[in-house]
Amino acid sequence: MTGDPARERRKIRCVSRMKEIMTRYYIEAKTAADNGRKVAWITSGGPVEPLIAMDVIPVYPENHGAMIGAAKMGRDLCEKAEAMGYSSDLCAYARADIGAAPIDGGPIGGLPRPDMLVCCNNICGTVLKWYEIQARAFDVPLFVLDTPVCHTGCSDAARRYVAGQIREYIGFLEAVCGRPMDYERMAAVGRLSIEGQRLWQAVLDTAIHRPAPLSAFDAFFHLALIVTLRGTQTAVDYYRELLAEMRQRIAEGIGAVAEERYRLLWDNLPIWYRTRWLSERFAAHGACLVADTYTSAWCSSLPYLDENDFIASMAEGYTRIYLNLGIDQMAEAVIGMIDKYAVDGLVMHSNRSCKPYSLGQHDIQRIVAERRGLPTLMIEADMVDPRAFSESQVETRIDAFMEMIKARGPRGEGA
Amino acid sequence: MFQLDPLFSRIAADPLAYARQWKADTGCPVIGTLCSYAPEEIIAAAGGLPLRLLTTGAGDQGADAHLQAYSCSLVRGALSDWLQGRLAALDGTVFAHTCDSMQRLSDIWRLASRDRFHADVLWPATVTAPGAEAYGVELLKDFAAAYGRYFNTDVDDSALTSTVRLYNRIRGRLRQLYALRRERPGLVPGRDWLAVMRAAMVMDRQALAEALDAMAAALAEQSAPAFEGKRLVLAGGVCEAPAIYEIIEGAGGEVVWDDLCTGWRYAAGQIEETEEVWTALARRYLRRSVCPAKHAGLTSRADELIAAARQAQADGVIFLYLKFCDPHLFDYPYLKQRLGDAGLPCLMVELEEPRAAAGQLRTRCEAFIEML
Ligand code: SF4
Ligand code: SF4
Repeated sequence: MTGDPARERRKIRCVSRMKEIMTRYYIEAKTAADNGRKVAWITSGGPVEPLIAMDVIPVYPENHGAMIGAAKMGRDLCEKAEAMGYSSDLCAYARADIGAAPIDGGPIGGLPRPDMLVCCNNICGTVLKWYEIQARAFDVPLFVLDTPVCHTGCSDAARRYVAGQIREYIGFLEAVCGRPMDYERMAAVGRLSIEGQRLWQAVLDTAIHRPAPLSAFDAFFHLALIVTLRGTQTAVDYYRELLAEMRQRIAEGIGAVAEERYRLLWDNLPIWYRTRWLSERFAAHGACLVADTYTSAWCSSLPYLDENDFIASMAEGYTRIYLNLGIDQMAEAVIGMIDKYAVDGLVMHSNRSCKPYSLGQHDIQRIVAERRGLPTLMIEADMVDPRAFSESQVETRIDAFMEMIKARGPRGEGA
Repeated sequence: MFQLDPLFSRIAADPLAYARQWKADTGCPVIGTLCSYAPEEIIAAAGGLPLRLLTTGAGDQGADAHLQAYSCSLVRGALSDWLQGRLAALDGTVFAHTCDSMQRLSDIWRLASRDRFHADVLWPATVTAPGAEAYGVELLKDFAAAYGRYFNTDVDDSALTSTVRLYNRIRGRLRQLYALRRERPGLVPGRDWLAVMRAAMVMDRQALAEALDAMAAALAEQSAPAFEGKRLVLAGGVCEAPAIYEIIEGAGGEVVWDDLCTGWRYAAGQIEETEEVWTALARRYLRRSVCPAKHAGLTSRADELIAAARQAQADGVIFLYLKFCDPHLFDYPYLKQRLGDAGLPCLMVELEEPRAAAGQLRTRCEAFIEML
């Protein structure tokens, strides 16, 4: 197989650069204490920019959870948490982290010990409980940034409430770090954050092209920096390089899958322990998952962020992220992506770990069917815990779904 | 022997029949609420009847079209009741943001009910945040304004002030009953206790205050036989498993206290009548006994539970959880550990379908009580 030149050509060259950056980042994080630097554990939707500006190293238990899933260590660590008394119905990121922390488990020998925890509940209520547990376990201070849900919008009262908390957040960091915030640096970090998000969106947008130079499965991998190193020059440089590579691929006609005939949209978190299998399964049908609602969530609030006054715009930016919206607004976003990327069908991962992402999918599916007449495949699974995954069942469903898509014919062709 | 006012049992058995009658008599709206954080005082001050929804027990048909199997029976059952028209008496519904499942239920409910009033009262998750109170006051006013616009009414300060007084009277009575329950276990059988609490979240609140006054007066003259059995605290979210009381009593125990959303957390918290009314109201919600979906510090839930159990001289704690209830299930290992450190044994029962769980409950509760 290694000799297949077409396959070699399809490999994304930036992958090795990304691995290098992530390795360096984790080494830096794990040796933080030796270098007199502080580590904060932070939720994936949390405001990382003030940490970067304060020279604190952000560490993401959710990113760790994804690595645990991809390394197929999820079952074991989830079972460890269950032995500690945590129900097997709880979010597997939380379970894997709670199971890994006391034994330094997982593919990188555990996360560095936190000096503080920063929890933003704009993604779910689970993180609030999870961070309470870890704050007690590590006996470190916890800051909660509470972002009221935007069921139908964001009220002025909510905006003021969150803005007040952003100020408290900075005060919290100043107290833990023992030095004042450098607002000039903060403004620079804010600009880099926005630039990084724009570049990430531009990378994702290259998939508008047929054939798409990258798939959602690639995006799941290249996402890591916009989550962990948002607000740094490293992330900006990396996405610039990745964008150039994607444009080059477009120029050379290189697609993410060998023969792209059908284009699909993925919803929800990846099934980390099965990404390769899934991508090959779809590719065998000539289908490419060209976009997803998950990786694009890290640039979903760009319209609310202001590069000239980042701090002031953070309140709304962090409150109006994808998972914090009502499902009708989520459906609007899905329809927007269906049109933008000209997809033929929707693949929804009904993820028993993640209630805010998954409950409501049936309604979104119905809205999409009514408004765009697109079929949906629902895959029952879990992002990290393989016990919730039945390969034969998923395979049968994918095959049946693709037969239906084929019978309809590709949407974009000849239209 | 204590005789329960049959009104309580009647309302508890069929809250919606009561609501329909009330609506026919008064011509005023009936508003469903799904959580003890719904600001009932505002609904009542505007002339509406706040009606706490649990499930009617008719099952969860139709819920599958909207909700996956990994949502709790309350969320699924309530949605089914709504979709199947069993809640036709409601003129609107008020959600108060708590857990992730409720958050999405609110969206699904709203999309399925365009011709009814719908509101989300988004209380802070961090009830102790410095800005929580100012935000709380604003959200109460926003809610009152939205309610007023929809029903073409007005919640003025004086109506709210007198409703606040009424609620203080009600909750004060409920707390008095809780103290009696602790001091004289068995005085009010568990089944009756459940009926009172259920009715308290449904009844016309003026009539409720009067009925509770009468109940307290009648109880003052009653003496309970000395209780020698095991004293238990019941903790969890909603208690929709009436069988639990008879099982506990049958095994020689009594529930002497609870930490339930449909129990103490509803009764807890006086509204300061000397303070500006909106601020006082917001404060009550932010400071009352905290729900696990909210954050009031790292140890507050355990501290409070242990203090209550000690004060009630409890022999043990029974946690009654709904399957898939994230906030409670996350709290459990820590609460168990802290209770253990305090020398209090506990039992956790996770119920998929609480109304149909008598068998499962019996075996486990009996074994637990026997062990105490
Ligand atoms: S997977 Fe879902 S429930 Fe788990 S931490 Fe992420 S957003 Fe929260
Ligand atoms: S029982 Fe638990 S999961 Fe269900 S609505 Fe209540 S808090 Fe949410």
